[in-house]
Amino acid sequence: MSESDKAVKELIKREYEHGFVTEIESETFEPGLNEDVIRRLSAKKKEPEWMLEWRLKAYHQWLEMEEPEWAHVNFPKIDYNSIAYYSAPKSKDDAPKSLDEVDPELLKTYEKLGIPLHERARLAGVAVDAVFDSVSITTTFKEKLTEAGVIFCPISEAVHKHPELIKKYIGSVVPQKDNFFAALNSAVFSDGSFVYIPKGVRCPLELSTYFRINEANTGQFERTLIVAEEGSHVSYLEGCTAPMRDENQLHAAVVELVALDDAEIKYSTVQNWYPGDEEGKGGIYNFVTKRGACIGKNSKISWTQVETGSAITWKYPSCVLRGENSVGEFYSVALTNNFQQADTGTKMIHLGKNTRSTIISKGISAGKSNSSYRGLVRIGPGAENARNYTQCDSLLIGDKCGAHTFPYIENKNKSAIVEHEATTSKVSDDQLFLCQQRGIDAEHAVSMIVNGFCKEVFKELPMEFAVEATKLLEVSLEGSVG
Amino acid sequence: MLSIKNLQAQVEDKQILKGLNLEIKAGEVHAIMGPNGSGKSTLSQVLAGNEAFEVTGGSVRYQDQDLLEMSTEDRAREGLFLAFQYPVEIPGVSNLQFLKTAINNIRQHRGEGEINAAEFMKLAKEKIKQVNLNPSFLKRGVNEGFSGGEKKRNEIMQMLMLEPKLAILDETDSGLDIDALRVVADGVNALRSPERAVIMVTHYQRLLDYIVPDYVHVLSQGRIIKSGGKELALELEEKGYGWLGIDEQAEA
Repeated sequence: MSESDKAVKELIKREYEHGFVTEIESETFEPGLNEDVIRRLSAKKKEPEWMLEWRLKAYHQWLEMEEPEWAHVNFPKIDYNSIAYYSAPKSKDDAPKSLDEVDPELLKTYEKLGIPLHERARLAGVAVDAVFDSVSITTTFKEKLTEAGVIFCPISEAVHKHPELIKKYIGSVVPQKDNFFAALNSAVFSDGSFVYIPKGVRCPLELSTYFRINEANTGQFERTLIVAEEGSHVSYLEGCTAPMRDENQLHAAVVELVALDDAEIKYSTVQNWYPGDEEGKGGIYNFVTKRGACIGKNSKISWTQVETGSAITWKYPSCVLRGENSVGEFYSVALTNNFQQADTGTKMIHLGKNTRSTIISKGISAGKSNSSYRGLVRIGPGAENARNYTQCDSLLIGDKCGAHTFPYIENKNKSAIVEHEATTSKVSDDQLFLCQQRGIDAEHAVSMIVNGFCKEVFKELPMEFAVEATKLLEVSLEGSVG
Repeated sequence: MLSIKNLQAQVEDKQILKGLNLEIKAGEVHAIMGPNGSGKSTLSQVLAGNEAFEVTGGSVRYQDQDLLEMSTEDRAREGLFLAFQYPVEIPGVSNLQFLKTAINNIRQHRGEGEINAAEFMKLAKEKIKQVNLNPSFLKRGVNEGFSGGEKKRNEIMQMLMLEPKLAILDETDSGLDIDALRVVADGVNALRSPERAVIMVTHYQRLLDYIVPDYVHVLSQGRIIKSGGKELALELEEKGYGWLGIDEQAEA
C-alpha cells in the first residue's frame, strides 16, 4: 500500500458524527401509501380543500408514472408501501408556540448538530427554520424579518396564512407531474419552508433551514418555495443530517425558486445525509428536484452545493432563464467515498434574450465510489446572444473509484455561444511526495489538495458555510488515501 | 551530519545504487556529478524518502538517527530539504497556504506553537523578493502555470522559508538561464553556514562557478568512483567523463 493509500484510508475512516438517534415520542403513520393516507395527512395539517385536491391530483399522476432509470446509479427497487409518509414529534398541544415549549430532547439534538437556535443564532445573524422528520419546529427571528416584510415560515403555515401566494406559485416551477419523485413529493409533502421577499427588499438576514430525518422507515418529503419579488434579494442556506441506520431511507424533496424583475436568489446547500457505512450498508437515498425560474428581466438565481452525504444522490438544481438578461449559476462540489453513488449536475434552460449561465462542477471520488456529472444546456430559438460556460472537473483519489461526465447541449439559436471544458485528474503520488517532503503528512496533504481543487466553488459559499464545507470535506475524506 | 554506507536501491526492479558511500559534515557543500543514469537523482529521492524507490541494502545516519527508519515527513521536519528537479503543480493551493501548513507542521513537530500570521507574511514577502519573483506568486497555486525557471526559483524560495539543516538540490540548475542561475546560487549561498550542509546534484560544472563546493564526487553506475576538491569539477569540464573511463552511452 502506498503512502497515499494509507493516508486516505485514515482520512475516510472517521465516523459519521451526526449519526445519533433522538429518543422522542413521535406520532407516525403506519407504512403505506394510498388516497386515504393523503387525506389523513392533509387533515392532520387542517389543510384547506384546494390543497388536498392538489395533492390527490399529484398522487393520481404519480400512480401512472415510472421510476426513472436513466441515472448512473444502482439500487434495489424501492417498495413505496413500506415507507411511512408522516412522522411528527408528539407534543401535548399541537405545535409549540415558542422555544420553551419545544421538547428539550429536540433542542439537545439541535445543539448536538451545532444549529444556532437560541442566542447563537443572533450572533451568527442567521434565521433558522428547522425541519425535524416531517414538521417544522421553530423559526427564529420572526420579528426582525416581519419588520422588513419578509415572510419566512413553515410551508404548512403559509398554506393557511398566505393561501393566495401558495396557490399562485406552488407547482409553478416544478409541476406535480414533472417527474416521478416530484409527483410523489407533491402528493405527500409534509413540511418545508416558505420564503417571500417583497418588492425592493434586501433580506436583512441569511435564511437557513436544517433538515433532520430521525424516525426509522419514514420518508422525508419537504417542499421549499422561495419567491423574490421585483428588485429583492435573498440568500438561503440549507443543511441536512440523519442518524446512522442499516436500512436505506428515502428523501424526496422539491425546491422551487421564483425570481421576478431584477431579483436575486442565492441558494446554498451543504448536504451531509448519512452516506451508509464502509460496506455500503444503509444511507439516505436523496432524490431531489430543485429548480429556479428567472421569470423577470435581469433576475439572477445562483445554486451552490456541497454534497458529501447520501448513499445515492440524484439531483440537478436547474435554472429556467426566461427573463431578458437573466443569469443562472451553478457551483457544485460532490464528494463520494466508500460505496456512495452520485449522479448530479444541472440544467440551464435559456429562453430569453441575452441570458447567461455559468456551471462550475467539481466531482471528487474516493474509495469504491462513483460520481457522475450530468448537465444540460438548452438554448431556445428565442434566446438571442445567450451564453453558457461550463467547467467540469473530476478528481480521483485511488484507483477503485470512477468519475463520469454526461454533458448534453441543445442549441437552437445561431447567435448563442456555449463553451464546455472538462478535466479529470488524480491526486498524484508526486503531489503527495512534495507535500510530505515539506513536512506535511499525507492525510493533511490530501485534504489540502482536495480543498484547492474545490476553491472556485467554496468562494461562492457564505462565510460560515465555507468553513463548515472545508471541515466536512476533511471528515468525508478520512481514510481515503487509496 | 550525514553518513551513507554501502547504500543500495532499486526502482521497478532495476538496481540503481550499488553500494554508495558518502560522509557529509555540517558546514560543508558537496557537489555530486555524473552522467545521466548514474544514479544522481535516485540518491536524492532515496534520501528524501520517495517510496517509489526501494532501499535494498546499506545504512544512512542523519544527525545520529537512522534516516531510513524515518517517515518522509519526519525527515523534512528534522531539517532535510529536497529542491525538486521537476516540481509538480498543486492547483488551487496557494503558495502561502502551502508554506504556512508546512511551517506549522514543522513547528508542531518541534513542540512550538503556530507561526504568527503577520510574522509569516513578512517573512514570505522578504523571501519571495530574494528569489526575484513578484509577490503575486505567493497567492498563486503552488507552481500552477509557472515557467520552468519560476518553478526552480519557487523551490529556492521554499528552501529559504524552511531553513533546512541539510539541503539537497536535484539538478536545480538544469534549464535555467543565467539570471535564474544567479538567483538560485545567491539563495544557496545565503543559506550556507557552519550548522548547515548542502548537496548539489548536477550534470554541469557551470553551477559550481556560482556555488563553490568543498568537495566534488563523481558518480558512475551507482557508486562514487572519484572524490576531490572543487578543481575536480573543472577537470571534468575540460576532459569529459570519458577521462575517468566512464562510458556515457552505457550509463544512460
